[in-house]
Amino acid sequence: MQTVMTTVAGLEMRELAGGSGDPLVMLHHSFGNPGWMPIHDALADHYTVHALDLPGYGGPEGSDQPNWARHPRDLALIVGQWLRAKDFGPVELVGCGFGGWVAAEMATMAPELLRRLVLVGAAGLLPEQGRIYDQFLVSHSAYVEAAFSRAEAFEDIYPRNGDDPDEHPLGDDTLVVWDMNREMTTRVAWKPYMYNRRLRPLLGGVTVPALVVWGDSDAVVPIECAHTYVEALPDARLVIVPDCGHAVDLEAPEALAAIITSGTATSGGTAQVTGGEA
Amino acid sequence: MFLSYFTEQPMSAYPAEEGLKEGFTSVMFSNKYYDPVEGSRLFNERIEEYKLAEQVGFDGIMVNEHHNAPFCMQARITVMSSILAAITDRAKIVQLGNPLPTYDSPLMFAEEIAMIDMISKGRLISGIVRGAGQESVCLNANPAYNRERFNEAHDLLVKTMTDDGPFSWEGEHFQYRVVNPWARVLQKPHPRIWVPGVFSAETIRWAAQHRYPYISLNTPLHLTGDLWQIYDQAARAVGYEPGPENRGYLLRVHVQEDGDKARENAREFMWMQGEFTGIGHPYWVSPSGYGSSARRLDYAKMANAEVRGSRAAPFEQQLAAREIVAGTPDEVIAELRVVLETCRPSILMLWGNDGGVNHDDSLRCIELMGTEVLPALRDMGDELGLHDPIELDTPVSLALTPPDELNPIEEAADERPEDTSDSRALKMFR
Repeated sequence: MQTVMTTVAGLEMRELAGGSGDPLVMLHHSFGNPGWMPIHDALADHYTVHALDLPGYGGPEGSDQPNWARHPRDLALIVGQWLRAKDFGPVELVGCGFGGWVAAEMATMAPELLRRLVLVGAAGLLPEQGRIYDQFLVSHSAYVEAAFSRAEAFEDIYPRNGDDPDEHPLGDDTLVVWDMNREMTTRVAWKPYMYNRRLRPLLGGVTVPALVVWGDSDAVVPIECAHTYVEALPDARLVIVPDCGHAVDLEAPEALAAIITSGTATSGGTAQVTGGEA
Repeated sequence: MFLSYFTEQPMSAYPAEEGLKEGFTSVMFSNKYYDPVEGSRLFNERIEEYKLAEQVGFDGIMVNEHHNAPFCMQARITVMSSILAAITDRAKIVQLGNPLPTYDSPLMFAEEIAMIDMISKGRLISGIVRGAGQESVCLNANPAYNRERFNEAHDLLVKTMTDDGPFSWEGEHFQYRVVNPWARVLQKPHPRIWVPGVFSAETIRWAAQHRYPYISLNTPLHLTGDLWQIYDQAARAVGYEPGPENRGYLLRVHVQEDGDKARENAREFMWMQGEFTGIGHPYWVSPSGYGSSARRLDYAKMANAEVRGSRAAPFEQQLAAREIVAGTPDEVIAELRVVLETCRPSILMLWGNDGGVNHDDSLRCIELMGTEVLPALRDMGDELGLHDPIELDTPVSLALTPPDELNPIEEAADERPEDTSDSRALKMFR
């Protein structure tokens, strides 16, 4: 794995890259990418994985903040410029949560840059029944915890260290990165919160296959949004991961990697896979 | 001295036990506990008290606004100011302050204050604030752009008050095809602008750079020296010599003939500080992007604290530190002398009544302030040379100061971080 910096639109963009094979780009949740994770390792056996920090995300060492950006669609435009600059050819674009929203916006604007769109618990659509869990009403840690169905899964990624009384148990660095990420989310998604009424009418223009993956216990983005994405995208398949929360990539990495690498996304139908890694 | 009366206008009639159960009393504390019958009574009692405050000799009546919380009933500062414009005829109406960034239309706000200034026959002092973080949450104004919106709304407001329309405004956050309100401020060049705050160095400097008096909101007395040092340095750097006319102080003060009764009533000041019920969560008070990035870790730690500490210093400690002053008129006058000698403000806001202090006691407190405390304060002000900006007829801003009166002095860079907000004061007011 290596850290790669690329300049687009005057911004230094950071990615963690590793593995070999066709290019796969991952876009993270609004709380950011915690590092080179088991999901990246699992996918790196099949792809060259590029875990990109969205503009303004990743903390002091992450991607630069575009102070002009006012909407996730602006971030999608920057990601599009980044993809063109990288000259990968069509990529597998995997977007998780908030990153799924950016990926969906990207796909409506430049489907030719994609081989496949993979949405994992993606935000971006207004639920009709439920409500997207509002991070701005809770603490950073409470919000990130809510993305996991099991406390142990959260703690695997964000261990608590109780040794230093001056340091927050979750780590001062983690808090700073979370807060910078939350600030960027505030800048682009404060209102309306986590959806865009102008997205769904454009999803019909996503001419590449799509795979929609959702944890069956997602407490952040209601699962009805998964069905809406599948209805609106011309060629989409839904896979529901049992016993898993919102952050399927972090809570059930092996299952998600298996879903992505099991290959062909054929349209229609819903599959259940076995096994979050309990 | 400019002496003003203030109360938070507490919605003291809500069931406190429900707030205790919930653990907080703002933003999300349900308004099902709001009793409008009691609200009506309390509003009308406050209005009677304001009338009395004018009668007994206060120079001003200070009003403020907050949202979604029982600690302050006023949701619109311009509504109460409008009422005061009609029911009083001498006292200044001191808005401290208008939370500019939370308003989606600074132009509509400019129309409102022009009407208030005309109806009050030029008695408006229109203070401005960024608004506490929870106000951004309650009014759904993006906290990450709070500072930018504040600056831009201020510039638009001043231009609207001073320039003839029509003109267009194409800002980063506000755009107007036509700015041309048919309501204009009576006071020329424009009503005075004062800036209240809780010791954010960034705001203190901003006020000084604009030559707006800074009104320190009950900042612990021992910190006010540092505060004015920040102000004075920024003032000299832009070319004027600051003095008491640039300094205001808000202090909790309660007076009764019986000193013990005064101190007992003064315990009600603790009602709002969360001694009885918590006010709000830190992630509402200082949302990400709202505060200075220099304090990011501090705010994130507060937001994610796994154990919450006590919010307020004990009553007796605050009394000893003169953060609350209570007693007989003589006792209060003696304490206030120390406050004036230490802080040297020319603008003093006496926050008289809070929590469950009843109407009769509130009226008596105001009366005693008027008959005994205010005359003594005026004498002390003269003795200590505390002359206010109205008395001295100082320019209303740096922009409206004749250039030949300005003499910028470069001083050593101030090493203080941008946001030095006292954490205790912050919990109380932001």
